[in-house]
Amino acid sequence: MNITVKLFATFRTGRFDIETRTYPEGTTVGDVVRELNLSEKELGIMLVNSRHVKLDHRLGEGDTLSLFPLLGGG
Amino acid sequence: MPLFVDFIQEHAEADLVPWECQVEAARRYGLTIAEAEEAILRLELLPARYQRNRAMLTTAQQLRLFRSRVAVVGCGGLGGYVIEELARLGVGTIVAIDPDIFVEHNLNRQLYSSPRLLGASKVEAAAARIEEINPAVTLIPRQEMLTTDTGRELLHGSRVAVDALDSIAARLELAEVCDAMGLPLVHGAIGGWYGQVFTQLPGQKTLQRLYADLRDGRGVEKQLGNPSFTPAVVASMEVAEVCKVLLALGTRLSSRKLTINLLDMETEEIAL
Repeated sequence: MNITVKLFATFRTGRFDIETRTYPEGTTVGDVVRELNLSEKELGIMLVNSRHVKLDHRLGEGDTLSLFPLLGGG
Repeated sequence: MPLFVDFIQEHAEADLVPWECQVEAARRYGLTIAEAEEAILRLELLPARYQRNRAMLTTAQQLRLFRSRVAVVGCGGLGGYVIEELARLGVGTIVAIDPDIFVEHNLNRQLYSSPRLLGASKVEAAAARIEEINPAVTLIPRQEMLTTDTGRELLHGSRVAVDALDSIAARLELAEVCDAMGLPLVHGAIGGWYGQVFTQLPGQKTLQRLYADLRDGRGVEKQLGNPSFTPAVVASMEVAEVCKVLLALGTRLSSRKLTINLLDMETEEIAL
């Protein structure tokens, strides 16, 4: 299935801003995060089609997944 | 001796009261500069220092700001700019809360840090600065950490709290206290080129919902540090939100979060 993955801030470094990628049925947000070698400790907000989701959320054909890193500084 | 009101009206230029008149009125009538400011605003006159606010804010709104107390929690990168802008705007009382002293790695961005003040208390430095730039504003320095135990006392009397902290765990404690007290909380966070802002109204529990599972997370700032410009941008947005909350103006960033990417000059709005 095709998933559009949007990366934000530091997650773009050495990766991409936006890409449509192919994944097998049943792929979860966590699978994509691991495939892209993103640190779970650095994950802030995860959105699928603008809805907040967790790592175990199963993706569907045509979904847009947005991944934002955590910001904590002041 | 003429009455206070007559003295002020005699020296006012149209409805603007020059600073030297405010100082002289305070001296003559045994008032503090702050008391003189409130009395001037109550006469529907404007201390002349605020004349460039007046196209945006009425004198009644300026009085409302002057009578407001705002707590700034964290006085580092964000907090320094937040305090400076609140004081210049004319917010009458600012509670500055931070247990820390200035260290060398603060010098690249923290507004009140300087080589001379290495080792000095951040909140005391803020108090000295505010006394210099707007003596009508009362800055209450509290050199301590805000926790769920101390928070209620530290925030007592404030109408809004500003999150200028530097850890997720500390933010969650602040959010809990604000919620229990029914206080609006303006959140800002930064890391490297990136920042985010939102306003959390009582009951929304936005920070708690977003960050409850991320207490031990590693923010972008741990990898990138923070430059001089990101805190200034995010702090200014936080102060705009505070101004709007205090005066019930405009459209607040609540139920949505603004993320700012200064590297690519992009903003993104996320529904919360």
